[in-house]
Amino acid sequence: MDINSIFINTAQALFSPVTIAFAMAALGLAIHFGFVGLLNFGIAGFMAVGAYGYAISTLTFGFPWWAAFLASMAASALFAVLLGIPTLQLRGDYLAIVTIAAAEIVRLLLLSTTWIKTTGSADGLVAYANDFRSINPFPDGTYGFGPWSYTANQFWVLIFALVVLALAALLLWRLVRSPWGRVIKGIREDEDAVRALGKNVFAYKMQALVVGGIVAGLGGALYVLPSSANPMLFATSLTFFVWTALLLGGAATVFGPLLGAVIFWVLQAFLGSLLPAMADAGLLGALSSAQAGALRFVLVGILLVVIVIVRPQGIVGDKRELTFVRK
Amino acid sequence: MSGSKPLKKAPQKSTGLHVGDASPGVKKVDPILVADHVSRKFGGLVAVDVEHVEIPRGAITALIGPNGAGKTTLFNLLTGFDKPDTGTWSFSGKDLAGVPAHKVAKMGQVRTFQLTKALGLLTVLENMKLGAKDQTGESLFQSIFPFLWKKQEEEIEERALEILERFKLLKLKDDFAASLSGGQRKLLEMARALMTKPTLVMLDEPMAGVNPALTESLLEHILDLKTEGMTVLFVEHDMHMVRHIADWVIVMAEGRIIAEGPPEDVMKDEAVVDAYLGSHQDVDLGVVTGRITLPKGEK
Amino acid sequence: MSSATTENHTFFARGMKMLLIAILAFAGVLFASPAMADTVGDEYENKILGNVKNEGTPLQGVRIIVEGNGYTAEVVTDADGKWSIGVPEAGSYLITLVEDTLPEGIAVLEGGATQTVEWGFTNSVVWNFFIGEGERNPTSQLDQFFMRVFAGLNFGLLLGLAAIGLSLVFGTTALPNFAHGEMVTMGALFTLFLTLAGVPLLLSFPLAVALSALFGWGLDAAVWAPLRARGVGIVQLMIVSIGLSLTFRYITQAFLGGGTEQLPGALGSPEIPIFRTVTLSVNDLVSMGVSLVVLVAFAFWLLRSKMGKATRAVSDNADLAAASGINVDQVIRVVWIMAGGLAGLAGILWAYFRPGLKWDMGEKILLFIFAAGVLGGLGTAFGAFVGAMIVGVLIETSAQFIPSDLKYVGALLVMIIILLFRPQGILGRRERIG
Repeated sequence: MDINSIFINTAQALFSPVTIAFAMAALGLAIHFGFVGLLNFGIAGFMAVGAYGYAISTLTFGFPWWAAFLASMAASALFAVLLGIPTLQLRGDYLAIVTIAAAEIVRLLLLSTTWIKTTGSADGLVAYANDFRSINPFPDGTYGFGPWSYTANQFWVLIFALVVLALAALLLWRLVRSPWGRVIKGIREDEDAVRALGKNVFAYKMQALVVGGIVAGLGGALYVLPSSANPMLFATSLTFFVWTALLLGGAATVFGPLLGAVIFWVLQAFLGSLLPAMADAGLLGALSSAQAGALRFVLVGILLVVIVIVRPQGIVGDKRELTFVRK
Repeated sequence: MSGSKPLKKAPQKSTGLHVGDASPGVKKVDPILVADHVSRKFGGLVAVDVEHVEIPRGAITALIGPNGAGKTTLFNLLTGFDKPDTGTWSFSGKDLAGVPAHKVAKMGQVRTFQLTKALGLLTVLENMKLGAKDQTGESLFQSIFPFLWKKQEEEIEERALEILERFKLLKLKDDFAASLSGGQRKLLEMARALMTKPTLVMLDEPMAGVNPALTESLLEHILDLKTEGMTVLFVEHDMHMVRHIADWVIVMAEGRIIAEGPPEDVMKDEAVVDAYLGSHQDVDLGVVTGRITLPKGEK
Repeated sequence: MSSATTENHTFFARGMKMLLIAILAFAGVLFASPAMADTVGDEYENKILGNVKNEGTPLQGVRIIVEGNGYTAEVVTDADGKWSIGVPEAGSYLITLVEDTLPEGIAVLEGGATQTVEWGFTNSVVWNFFIGEGERNPTSQLDQFFMRVFAGLNFGLLLGLAAIGLSLVFGTTALPNFAHGEMVTMGALFTLFLTLAGVPLLLSFPLAVALSALFGWGLDAAVWAPLRARGVGIVQLMIVSIGLSLTFRYITQAFLGGGTEQLPGALGSPEIPIFRTVTLSVNDLVSMGVSLVVLVAFAFWLLRSKMGKATRAVSDNADLAAASGINVDQVIRVVWIMAGGLAGLAGILWAYFRPGLKWDMGEKILLFIFAAGVLGGLGTAFGAFVGAMIVGVLIETSAQFIPSDLKYVGALLVMIIILLFRPQGILGRRERIG
């Protein structure tokens, strides 16, 4: 077993644009579910809209990088509004079903050959990051040390993503501590009580949906920025992984989703290297290394079940803050 | 509250609230709330069927009646928490039909709930601050910049602490509302409602589930509302409380208003006595309320 | 929550009108001019390709649709009449040449507009239609429609088997079971293992169904009943079902890998002509027959047996049922056993319908099982059956009118619309909601 490469893979997951993008998605979901209590099982749809929003505005409309980001955010906001108007009045379990269906519709539309010239269908889209790369302030060379060494372009994406994440987290932190956040907290627990105090509950829920949607959409854009956009990436499994990361860290906190995302990806990278190596070394019986790779997702599933029953507040959450746990 | 403890000072009752003889639907000298032909059916059951009712301004009105009379449903309809099948009603002259609950509350008509809705996730102080209206900090964009709302927040906190002091909840200001007793939560809900600077306060069974030691203090607070110029409408079952503090009583049974008037008069009204005590036990309550008309000769 | 209805009613009504207009406008623009390619699926190794020529003259702009193994794609021939469709796996596919896109007076002369392709030994198959001057048989379009209707009925029946279980689980425990897709996969998986272990096919089927029923029993005994006893909230239970779905899906992947397996006899089932040029394979007929028999038997059980009546009572109103002396926990256990068995059978039939067994085959139809249940009314078994038939036929026949790879979108949209306007579905009752 090559301990060294297992270590390298795991360590790299700590500072990877994928991890950061995932943290953004978890942050967005935290706003939806952790703070407002909306059962959004379609967060992968928001990520897809954000990702393709960036790619399509660059490739089809020739937007420069900053306009493409704005377009991505606008697309996410629009998706949130479209989804929100009919569904914010639905009770929890129906909202869950509708959001999964909505995300799947987005994926099917992107996969269809009907608009293949714009969406790339199953082949997806590539080569939309050139303008972004052109503004890279870091000259050619290698950056970092040890397992964390990047080319100039990789480093640029990483730093950019980190800055965006920091801003998003700061924004959420501010929101949560403000009177707006107070109203949201009240809504999470009891809408009618808040309504009786003169607050327009629907408007607040919509605002939270849009803000969370934009954050998750940016996560999607960052997710595909270093590589390529493909409908396969945004399957329902992605939503469930984001949920696992969120619950693991702490759904009703700002730091929780960040922590959960990092732990999730580091664990994924670790198991993704360790298990196949163990299989190759014959430690896992008749399992091949490919089969062993699938095992790590089995563990994710079990992890999700255990967390939500045994410690639903996650690592940094406060049990008293939760409204979805029946006492 | 049987075997009632007399209040510290006997309340000043308002009189001369009505125009003409006291009867169901009688006009008021200065009504704050006027409702016409309000009805609500659930399936085949008529929950509310009120021809006309006016609530007098600046007075304490009690809405009484046996269980299932439609009191809470009427509350829900008047405050926008439910949609009636028919009916129009206005608050200080403004038409309220179709107005959503939060707008009704913004207009100055605030209500509490039978099952107290003190928000357990928030502290007592946060609950209070939530009640304040027109907060800049509650707008999405402005909330991100604390300097825009810090000053207002301090003013709100001052007012909140004042009210908490009055309600004797000041010590508990940083406790989560979930840790309060049932009676303390009722007080908190009332105190929080005051933060909205309401004109009309509608209390749904404020005494329900409150231990006798706290009822006196609750009654005092309700009287204070009147002293400060607010109108109060409350639903209650406790007759002694009603007799003590209510200026006007409206009696409902089977969705209809069967009597109105000052407390002492209403208590003696035959229809009211029947509705509660059923002395005409062999007669259908529906006959008493006028819902059913019997053929001539039958009783 | 009536207050929500009151307050949101005005937003909802106004918002929905704007939304509907916007969507129709958007759809009109999008569907008016689909930009189609002549090559699709480049990332797949396996390809079906061909040339459309009329007596040597290449025909451009002819639409070709390929469907099979749960995959569908379409292309339009280029200036040289060439087309190529990459497919994820070597298997049996239906190729349809849309005759409306041929020039006037030209038609497919032999074999009909829809034909079946079997895979050979290489990773590409060349398919050329015989084109020439001739009467385009207007009935072949109609026949195509009938084929789709039958496919829809077949799909609807197996969907119904799965949807009934989902609906009853929801009715008796208020849980939308997001792991139901995996319960479907299990049936096919068990069958595969049994046949690989040498068990004769006809015995494998009932054994696999029994094992699936046992799986259902196990889930309730080990997971759901203890959680119910602990008073765990419904949101947590939903998330648990998601965790279970992930767990079992990837266990299946660990065993099967990423590829497709076939159950014995899935390929090459002889086609039997039914009427005109409409044919059905023996597999299709057996599948539909089995589904019908099982559904009738289940209906009988639900209506006549003591346990069946108790199940309907609990699904209707659990508290009332408990108050009249019914052992609710026992009923729920039976529901999970039934749901497991029915889902397992659905899985076997789904493996023959696609055809093919894949690790995520259950997940692929999960949302349609939900759509069927929601449409019919979650909580009622008969509703689930009606909903499934409608969803199945809707999906398959919609491919006649819209690009075939969008046929699933229609069913999902219907489900969303039902949840918004009539959440109790066709046969459900209003009081269940909210």
